[in-house]
Amino acid sequence: MRILLDKFSKSFGTTSVIEDMNLEVGSGEMLALLGPSGCGKSTTLFAICGIHRPTSGRILFGDKDVTNLPSQERNVGVVFQSYALYPHMTVEENIGFPLTVRRVTAAEIKKQVAAIAALVHIDNLLDRKPSQLSGGQQQRVALARALIRRPDVLLLDEPLANLDAKLRLEMRSEIRRLQKETGITAILVTHDQVEAMSMCDRIAIMKSGEIVQIATPSQMYQDPRTAFVAGFLGNPPISFLKGKAAQGAFVSTDGKLQMTLPALSGIADGTVLTLGIRPEHFGTAGDIPVEGRIAFAETQGRENLYDVLLPDGSVLRSIQPVRDDVKLGDQVRWGIDSRSAFVFAENGQRL
Amino acid sequence: MSEKSKTSANFSSIPVIALLGLLSLPLVVMYAYLILDTVTNSEPGSLVPNQFTLEHWKFLWETRSGKSSIWLVTLNTFIFTCCITGVILLVSSMAGYVLSRLNVPARGFFLAGVMVLHAFPSVTLIISIFIVLQYIGLYNSLIGVILVKAAIDMPLGIWLMKGFYDTVPWEIEMAGIVDGASRFTVWRRLVLPQIKPAIMALGLFSFLTGWSEFILPQVLAPGSQVQVLSVYLASLIADDNNFDFATFKAVGVFYVIPVLILYVFFQKYLMNIYGGGTKG
Repeated sequence: MRILLDKFSKSFGTTSVIEDMNLEVGSGEMLALLGPSGCGKSTTLFAICGIHRPTSGRILFGDKDVTNLPSQERNVGVVFQSYALYPHMTVEENIGFPLTVRRVTAAEIKKQVAAIAALVHIDNLLDRKPSQLSGGQQQRVALARALIRRPDVLLLDEPLANLDAKLRLEMRSEIRRLQKETGITAILVTHDQVEAMSMCDRIAIMKSGEIVQIATPSQMYQDPRTAFVAGFLGNPPISFLKGKAAQGAFVSTDGKLQMTLPALSGIADGTVLTLGIRPEHFGTAGDIPVEGRIAFAETQGRENLYDVLLPDGSVLRSIQPVRDDVKLGDQVRWGIDSRSAFVFAENGQRL
Repeated sequence: MSEKSKTSANFSSIPVIALLGLLSLPLVVMYAYLILDTVTNSEPGSLVPNQFTLEHWKFLWETRSGKSSIWLVTLNTFIFTCCITGVILLVSSMAGYVLSRLNVPARGFFLAGVMVLHAFPSVTLIISIFIVLQYIGLYNSLIGVILVKAAIDMPLGIWLMKGFYDTVPWEIEMAGIVDGASRFTVWRRLVLPQIKPAIMALGLFSFLTGWSEFILPQVLAPGSQVQVLSVYLASLIADDNNFDFATFKAVGVFYVIPVLILYVFFQKYLMNIYGGGTKG
C-alpha cells in the first residue's frame, strides 16, 4: 500500500523536529530513512505507526487519511530496535498476540502462527520464552509478530543494531526476502548506510529533520546532491579537499593540485569549493597525479586501504587490490580519476 | 543478586557468626520461653518448667465469659487483612501506572500529594476519622476500619508501584499499542506481568501490616463482634480480674504463626521490594 506524508511536521513542546516533510513510498517498495542520530527518522517512523501525533500535515495509507487514527486502528507492523518482545509470553503467544487482542479463535491463531513461524524459520522454537532465544531468533520472532496480521506497512526501527556482524549480514537478506515474498510496503530506519543500500529500493537521506535527497542506492552513490550525502554513503568514506575555483578548474589551497572540471565552467574565480574523491577513484590509474606520504595503511584481506597525507595537510583515502610494495611512511605519486570527482560549493550543494 | 554468597577463602566467617550469635542470644532465649511457657507450668521463681500442660491453649476450644470466640476474632482478622491487601493492590497497581505512564493533568501535584500523605503521621488523624465514621455509620464495623487502614497504607503502595512501573521499557507498551491492544489491555496483559514480583511483595507487605495493625481497630472497631486478634490480645492484658500471663503468651504465639509461615515461604518476594525490575 502506498504511504504518503504530506507537509508532515512534528514538534515536541517548542523544539521542532520535523517541518513540512513530504515523502511518498510506493506500494510494495522498501524505503530506507537514513541519517545520523537525532535527525528525526525515528520520529517520522513513530508518526507513521501512530505513537506520535503529527503537529500538522497529513499521513495517508493508500487513499485513506490516517492522521487522526489511533495506532490500534492503523494496520501497521513495527519491529523495534530492542525487539520489545513480551518477556512473560512464549514465542507462540508473542506472535499470536496481535490476533488475540482481535479476538480471533484459538484454532485460527494457532494455524496462522504456525504458518508465519515457518516463513521466518522459527517453527521449532514456539514453546520457548524470549529470554531463551539468541538475538537473531528474537529478531525473527519480532518480525513474525509484526507480519502476522498482514499489515499495510512494515516499519523497522534499526532492526539490526543489536546483532553481531555475521547475523546482521544474514538478517539483512532475510528481511529483504520476507519483504519481497509478502509484497509488503516497508520503511527501514537506520543510521548504517550499508544496511540502507543493500536492503532497500530507495533511500531517503535525512539531516536535521529534512530529507536531503531521495533516490535509489546506486543513483545516490553516483550522483549525491550534497557533500553531506556524499560523505554519508560509501565505506570507506569519501575524502574531501578544500580549494578555490580558477578559470574553470579546481585549485587546492596550496596551489599544487589543479583539476579542470566541466561542472566548474561559469563559476567565478575565487569561489570556495570542496572536492570529494571516493577511495576507489584515487590510486594508480587516475589521470591527475598527486604526491603524498602514506599516513595510514590497513589491509582488509582482499583490499588495502591507505590514507595519503598531502603536503598541505589534507588526507586522501585510497582503496586498492592487495599489494605489498607500499608501506607506512612511503612517498607515493598516485592519480585522481577526475571524471568521478564531485565538486561542492561552500554551502555543500553539488555543482 | 547472587542466590548464595560464597564463603570467602581469605576470611573466616566463624568470629562474625560467634559475635552475632552472642548478641542475638537474649532474643533467642525470649522466643524460646515464649513458646515453652505456653505448654508448661513452672514453680514460682523458677525458670525450669516442671509440668507439661495444654491448659493455656484452652482458649482455642473454650470461650471465656465476656470474651468473643477466638475463631470469630481470627476470622475477623483474616477478613480485615485480606480486604486491606486486596484494596491496596487493586488501587495502587492502577494508580501507580497512571502516575508513571499516563499524561494526566496535575500529575506532579498528585505525585507530591502521595508523597506528603505517605510522610503524614496517620495517628494524628484518628479523632477526625472517628467522628467521620460515627457520622456515616461505619463506626464499629469492619468495613469502616478496612477503608481507613487501606487509605492510610495506600500512598506507600502507589509510590512503590510507580517506581516499579518506571522500570518497564516503553517499547513493550508501544509494541502492544501497535499490535492493536487498548491501553487497558496493554496494562493488564503486558505491563502487569512484568511487575509481578512487586505485586507479590506489596501484597505480602500489606498483609503483614494489616495483620499487625492495632491502633485503628482498637479505636474504630472495638466491639466484640468485630474484634481482631491484636485488640483481643490487648483486652486480655487489660482484664485485671482474670489475669493470666500464660494464656496471653499462648494467644500471642497463635497470633504470630501466620506471619511466621508467610515469612518462611515468601521472604524471597519480600526482598524484591528493594530490588525489582523486569527479568526475561
